[in-house]
Amino acid sequence: MKSLVEQKVLALNGDEAVAYAAKQADVDVVAAYPITPQTIIVERFSEYVANGEVETAFICTESEHSALTACLAASLTGARTFTASASAGLALMHEMLFVTSGCRAPVVMAIANRALSAPINIHGDQSDTMAQRDSGWIQIYAENAQEVYDSVIQAFRIAEHPDVLLPVMVCLDGFQLSHSVENVNVFPDEIVKKFVEVRRFPKVLTHEGKLALLKLDPENPMTMGPLAFPNYYFEFKRQQEEAMKNALEVIRQVHDEYARISGRNYGDGLLDYYYLEDAEIAAVCLGSTAGTVKTVVDELRAEGVKAGLLRIRTLRPLPFEGIQKALENVKAIAVMDRSMSFGGYGGAVFHEVRHALYDYDKHPFTVNYIYGLGGRDTSPMQIREIYRDLQEILEKNRVETPIRYVGLRE
Amino acid sequence: MLKEVRIHGRGGQGAVTAAQLLAHAAHMEGKHVQAFPFFGAERRGAPVKAFARISDIPILLHSQVYSPDYVLVLDPQLHKIIDVTEGLRKDGVIVLNTTKKPNELGLAGWHVATVDATGIALELNLRVAGQPVVNTSILGAFAGATNVVSLESVLKAIKENWRGSAGEKNAHAAELAYKRLTKGW
Repeated sequence: MKSLVEQKVLALNGDEAVAYAAKQADVDVVAAYPITPQTIIVERFSEYVANGEVETAFICTESEHSALTACLAASLTGARTFTASASAGLALMHEMLFVTSGCRAPVVMAIANRALSAPINIHGDQSDTMAQRDSGWIQIYAENAQEVYDSVIQAFRIAEHPDVLLPVMVCLDGFQLSHSVENVNVFPDEIVKKFVEVRRFPKVLTHEGKLALLKLDPENPMTMGPLAFPNYYFEFKRQQEEAMKNALEVIRQVHDEYARISGRNYGDGLLDYYYLEDAEIAAVCLGSTAGTVKTVVDELRAEGVKAGLLRIRTLRPLPFEGIQKALENVKAIAVMDRSMSFGGYGGAVFHEVRHALYDYDKHPFTVNYIYGLGGRDTSPMQIREIYRDLQEILEKNRVETPIRYVGLRE
Repeated sequence: MLKEVRIHGRGGQGAVTAAQLLAHAAHMEGKHVQAFPFFGAERRGAPVKAFARISDIPILLHSQVYSPDYVLVLDPQLHKIIDVTEGLRKDGVIVLNTTKKPNELGLAGWHVATVDATGIALELNLRVAGQPVVNTSILGAFAGATNVVSLESVLKAIKENWRGSAGEKNAHAAELAYKRLTKGW
């Protein structure tokens, strides 16, 4: 694909790519509290503020709970808002995540994925965002620093779309992406400004029977996040689910529109397909490890092995039908989870993928690989082992160990 | 062609910065790059590692470097306590900061290049918090020992990272290391 506009190639780490995208996206309010490995995002952004490169109100709060609360409040007044966090910081936001999605506030937040304590660990895994996947936020997982930049820009359009109005998390693997310098193509400022547009507001009926824009405005007073008892609460929640469904289409549209300008695409924006057309064995994973898996798939293909990869870019909303269709003809599937669901049968992604395959007549072998917890590196050799396991499953025609751990001392 | 680099140092010696500068230098030459640290507990003096990849085509890999083409060692004692040759490709190159000659290090069978980066830092009074700065010298030596990046790009990357006299001094150190490098092959 060719790009429609000239782009500059910078060497940025994932955090810097986030900050650069947020700078260009014309954000009105940033409220944040620092935490590794997200710190660089907020540091860079505060430099932009100090240098007068942005007109953003920057609020240093006393905690992540307050940071998200400030973003929520600002967002409800109509401001475009952004924040970033990780690990314990995201966990501390837990309560406000639900309030933000419930208020339909289109806050965009970057998460530099990091393990949760205890024991204390600053390194990457996806436990923090996996634990929040039922909080009503859209979740997009990036594979590299370029996709981080692209996804943050797209996130504002998705979140603020009148059919969606949901907050978006853009997730980047801690250290592997947050602290890894890579080539990043960036747009001129005006292209991004034009792409993200000025925030639009749907019109709603106020309690006075007037039509007003959906934002807090003294001229047209309205209540956000009011009390809803058993007689109405349920309907609010059902509407959030409808918005998630709409988001599937909006994410795809925004991705395609962006791809036409940038010349870069990530599958269909929901799922990224790698050699799946005729694959007999395939891995399913999220985030930066997909790049390592692609390298191994290239090698296996060169050796004549029909290997493939499905990368789930958007985990919430889950592209359920897309997953079914993508894995239609695959005979053995390795689902990779970079977090644990303690006491569950395998990890979260395993649950989702296996669930998607249940309605099918063909039930492919599915095995779960838990990997990379607390920043443990996953090597190309280990990925090769996974594909070798899948070949062995096909040869034996049975799965002996459905849940496995990559590179673990046992 | 993908080239992989592993940098060994001690906490505070600037191994991570060296990897980033190397990536920036190669990026200036139009290459695809990647540079990333492996942070342990961040304490001064503990052995640390950083990695860089340089390629003509986009880099998909996001694992650590397991079979480096090049190993850079910032600390003169480090090769005695860790195996700096681990996974190194047979035709690979090791660049060490030491006053010794390449054949005096017990690394027979490898392409070894040495430079007294500590000496250069002391000579130029290039110090941070009292410690001699050796990472920028090692990059100059790396440019001299291999053709992966040019000295010009290394100097440019250094000067962009530190504006003013700090950049000039570090660039001078890199230039001296480039000239004083001893190749063992």
